[in-house]
Amino acid sequence: MAAPETSTAAVPTLYTNNTLRNAFGGVLSFFILLLIGVMAFSIRLFSVIKYESVIHEFDPYFNYRVTQFLAKNGIYEFWNWFDDRTWYPLGRVIGGTVYPGLTLTAGTIWWLLNSLNIPLSVETVCVFTAPIFSAFASWATYLLTKEVKGTGAGLTAAALLAMVPSYISRSVAGSYDNEAVAIFALIFTFYLYIKTLNTGSLFYATLNSISYFYMVCSWGGYTFIINLIPMHVLLCIVTGRFSSRLFIAYAPLVVLGTLLAALVPVVGFNAVMTSEHFASFLVFIIIHVVAFVYFIKGILSPKMFKVAVTLVVSVGLAVCCAVIAVLIALVASSPTKGWSGRSLSLLDPTYASKYIPIIASVSEHQPPTWPSYFMDINVLAFLVPAGIIACFLPLSDASSFVVLYIATSVYFSGVMVRLMLVLAPAACITSGIALSQAFDVFTGSIKFQLSGASSNTEVDAAETSSSTAESQTDAVKTEKPEETAKNRPSRKSKKKEREHGEKPSTKAKAEKKRLLALPLESSVISLLLLVLLGAFYVVHCVWAAAEAYSAPSIVLTSRSHDGLHVFDDFREAYAWLRHNTDVDDKVASWWDYGYQTTAMANRTVIVDNNTWNNTHIATVGTAMSSPERAAWEIFHSLDVKYVLVVFGGLVGYPSDDINKFLWMVRIGGGVFPHIKEPDYLRDGQYRIDSQATPTMLNCLMYKLSYYRFVETDGKGFDRVRQTEIGKKYFKLTHFEEAFTTHHWMVRIYKLKPPKNRIRGKTKKSKSKTSSTTSSPKRSGTKKKNPWQ
Amino acid sequence: MEAPIRAREALGFILFSLLFSICRSSSLNHLLISNAERRIDLSSHIVKVFLTLKVENAGSTPTSEVLLSFPPTQADHLATVEALVTKGKRKKTTLVRLDVKPTELPDAPNDAKYFTIYLANPLKSGESTTIEVLYLLTHSQEPFPAEIAQSESQLVYYRDSALILSPYHIKQQTTFIKTPSTKVESFTRVEPSNRAGTEIKYGPYEDHPPYSFSPILIHFENNSPFAVVEELVREVEISHWGNLQVTEQYTLVHAGARHKGVFSRVDYQSRPTLNGASSLRYLLARLPPRVHSVYYRDEIGNISSSHLRTDSRKSELEIEPRYPLFGGWKATFVIGYGLPLQDFLFETSDDRRYLNFTFGCPLLETVVDKLTVKVVLPEGSKDPSAVVPFPVEQHLETKYSYLDVVGRTVVVMEKKNLVPAHNSHFQVYYTFKPIFMLAEPLMLSSAFFLFFVACVAYLHIDLSIRK
Repeated sequence: MAAPETSTAAVPTLYTNNTLRNAFGGVLSFFILLLIGVMAFSIRLFSVIKYESVIHEFDPYFNYRVTQFLAKNGIYEFWNWFDDRTWYPLGRVIGGTVYPGLTLTAGTIWWLLNSLNIPLSVETVCVFTAPIFSAFASWATYLLTKEVKGTGAGLTAAALLAMVPSYISRSVAGSYDNEAVAIFALIFTFYLYIKTLNTGSLFYATLNSISYFYMVCSWGGYTFIINLIPMHVLLCIVTGRFSSRLFIAYAPLVVLGTLLAALVPVVGFNAVMTSEHFASFLVFIIIHVVAFVYFIKGILSPKMFKVAVTLVVSVGLAVCCAVIAVLIALVASSPTKGWSGRSLSLLDPTYASKYIPIIASVSEHQPPTWPSYFMDINVLAFLVPAGIIACFLPLSDASSFVVLYIATSVYFSGVMVRLMLVLAPAACITSGIALSQAFDVFTGSIKFQLSGASSNTEVDAAETSSSTAESQTDAVKTEKPEETAKNRPSRKSKKKEREHGEKPSTKAKAEKKRLLALPLESSVISLLLLVLLGAFYVVHCVWAAAEAYSAPSIVLTSRSHDGLHVFDDFREAYAWLRHNTDVDDKVASWWDYGYQTTAMANRTVIVDNNTWNNTHIATVGTAMSSPERAAWEIFHSLDVKYVLVVFGGLVGYPSDDINKFLWMVRIGGGVFPHIKEPDYLRDGQYRIDSQATPTMLNCLMYKLSYYRFVETDGKGFDRVRQTEIGKKYFKLTHFEEAFTTHHWMVRIYKLKPPKNRIRGKTKKSKSKTSSTTSSPKRSGTKKKNPWQ
Repeated sequence: MEAPIRAREALGFILFSLLFSICRSSSLNHLLISNAERRIDLSSHIVKVFLTLKVENAGSTPTSEVLLSFPPTQADHLATVEALVTKGKRKKTTLVRLDVKPTELPDAPNDAKYFTIYLANPLKSGESTTIEVLYLLTHSQEPFPAEIAQSESQLVYYRDSALILSPYHIKQQTTFIKTPSTKVESFTRVEPSNRAGTEIKYGPYEDHPPYSFSPILIHFENNSPFAVVEELVREVEISHWGNLQVTEQYTLVHAGARHKGVFSRVDYQSRPTLNGASSLRYLLARLPPRVHSVYYRDEIGNISSSHLRTDSRKSELEIEPRYPLFGGWKATFVIGYGLPLQDFLFETSDDRRYLNFTFGCPLLETVVDKLTVKVVLPEGSKDPSAVVPFPVEQHLETKYSYLDVVGRTVVVMEKKNLVPAHNSHFQVYYTFKPIFMLAEPLMLSSAFFLFFVACVAYLHIDLSIRK
């Protein structure tokens, strides 16, 4: 798509002898881009080929369910959708609490295909949305990098992004999550910002706002954009790079972007009220002040200007102080300083573990380890510094943006492993720049050496041809101002000036380069090494795509000496719930399985992965960590009919509920203080063997997980904890086993109905029972039944 | 429970006897059955009854119609009735299928339902012939107790009459009932009757007048899973590019005694014969040979527990539901497969094409309560007509599939209460012009052509306002 544009854009400006060459280059880069898109799409299909075309993991199931609803009921019903099948009895307003970008995208694709009479199911469309958008993302990377450092760097960066493992991990076929489209939107927004910055065109500024709107629709990570761009603007202003192009790139984005963002129900007034957005407004004010100052400077004499400055500064300071004081007071009045928990944990990495266990309990919110950097961006980690250096030679507005982008995203990825995803495009862009520059240098010097060795007369010709690759970057750079000059005659003089300033320097650099050309042997060897590095990267990426990131996690496989074993227990349990329980039964489980239960089993759940109500989750956590009777009362008060636990002890599935149990205790204990974490730990150690505490051995989670487990092998050996369980023979009094899957990975229990009162005893135990079951609102039992 | 039933049936018996006098006046009494033997096979949940009737024309006029009668409770569950007559002598006997049609008689006693067998050659006065009748009953075994725990075995009631209900006088008759195991809790004694092994014998009874009825009740163990497909939609899509795509959507239920209380996996896995003896573990589907691209999935994805065995004559697909089905449990799934078109699509002499395909459900030993067969003809097909060997409800629909413009004609056939015996062939005739096959490729290529033309035009036209 983009390549023909560039070729046509290039054609009129270049000389005729270069026209054919450029046209050829344009067509070539178009086909390379096409192939990159195909590769980006197909490398993500390992999951479909190795497993099946199915939605992965947890959150994608929710998105899938929302998309199904959208496809069935239309957009208006979708905005008004109150989902009563989750967060029972509270429910959830889906239309107002979901980032609709992904859903609307897939819904639109589905609608379009169906109106063309291509009857693909919603599921198929959802499964393949992520790979399609990763192809788009690699094209957007090409555009962005091309704006920064020319076509060669763009193509390299696009190829790198197409297969960067970090991005693959979030966008394999079936991984139908917000990030899948959001990364595309992120890169594309950055591209349009840089494009506006380079051209100063209001058209691109408007497009940029729309792209930003799409990003806001898609992912909460849009706050990264609305903080990074102001940072860059501020950087430009501070380093004296203010220009009207910068103003055009920034001011419309803030105004239009904020207005558009406020249209998204889930953002709404947050777009102007939360602290995440304050930086943009502050910079908005600053850029206006600066623009005003430049304007005044232009019309006043230097002497008058100095007087004006002192006047304005003295008055302005007073006003600013007052405004800032008001702002600080406003912000300080809110307990989280106006920041959402997740953003705050980005600024202060210890925040979540201190105050919000529910954020800390999610594995993807943990800080990453060093190996995960190598796993996720591989050799890019080594190329990034080189790319940053390349960005400084010379430093332009665009390349300073890339430097800023990589610096901030490295920090964020260090805080949360999930944000490695934001780092990946930045790393690809800088590495692309580094690789392409290195190739330029090496191939250039090889050509120079070869031609220099053959004859001296051809030096000039060789020089021009050898530098085409490198000058392609320069060409883009030099042609760009011309282009803008063509479009905007008003800025012509200014641009020309800069260009003239630049041209001699590039010429001089070319001279220098010729002198600094590397020896032939070393450049050939370096070239080979670079190719080897690239090959290593490709091999690693394909391995990561095929082995590490393609498992859908709802169906597990294990390879043993007698072939492939499939563990399809989750779906077995969900299918059982779907077909063999009443349609309005409520199923309680830990929140991890909420989305899957509503989507696959179509049953009402108490809590799910949208962890918006901490108290509700804590209630379930408390029930799981309480003894049977108390747990039964909590569940009964929530109208729960079935309790679902995930147990990996028989087959050695490590991420089961027993391993997550301490989080349940922590989250439950955070709201209901009678659950104390030390009660479940023996000498600070979490164990389930005979050394475990009685509280642990009597809690509901232990009992539901290990009920009759000892009968499987006679000893009750837990393959995950590698130990024999502590309490082997026990009976359940308030629950009964309703279903256990083939490998025992999911166990479903039914709450027994409340026992009839025995007539003779009613009077005696009246006060007691009435306080525990019928009217637990009264003060005394608050502890026992925290739900009320 | 049992006593009122007995009383009611006894009353029925009396009524039948009273009605006997009315029936004498009908024109049926010139036939009589000299010998009747009935074998009832209860080994699965589909009741198979083989009836051998030796019919004698005692009247003066030749007749070619023989009536079979069923009590209304049985008639509701009657899936199929077939009649055969042996032809030829001694060792060279061949079986000839006879037409059987349901018939309404105005003076049917106690709502008895009739089927008429049309003999190939009229039976002359004084002659006799032997007719073999096979009929299948579904939903005729009532679980009792209706709810069982996991470790209990499934006991069922079977109700019938010791005497064959017939509008004719029967000189001599015997009934053999085969039970699936030797475990028979009780059975009604109508002397002479006795039980040996898995067989209960009623009779021989001599000289019973028309409409004799003697209710019997057998309570026995039947641990075969009662696999019932509540609804099955089979879609057969013809593509003239060489493929026949079949998609079958099942709603399966275990119609036996309902499961009660807990389901314990540890018991189920450690003692499979004692625990969940009547549970439905797997099903066998018999598919046509040369089947390809078989899939087995449900609404949440692929079900990995299936095996396909193919040879040159047939393909067998063994499927396990996601979980073992206990009484009352349900499961839904989809089986789909492709078949080579040349095996099923043929041309008639008058340039019409016809599809020849099996009608019923490919699962063995399964009752289908409601079957819908949809034959999706290629776009542009005309004049569809279906030929089915038994009565079905038919109508036409239109379906839009990949890039269709006018839509495909769908011949929809519906039938209730099917058994594997319905797996006979049906034909759908239609006319089709081969030029229609090129419609979609032409459409696609022209769309791409227009797209490229548009691109070329866009790149060569200067759209800028200012020159």
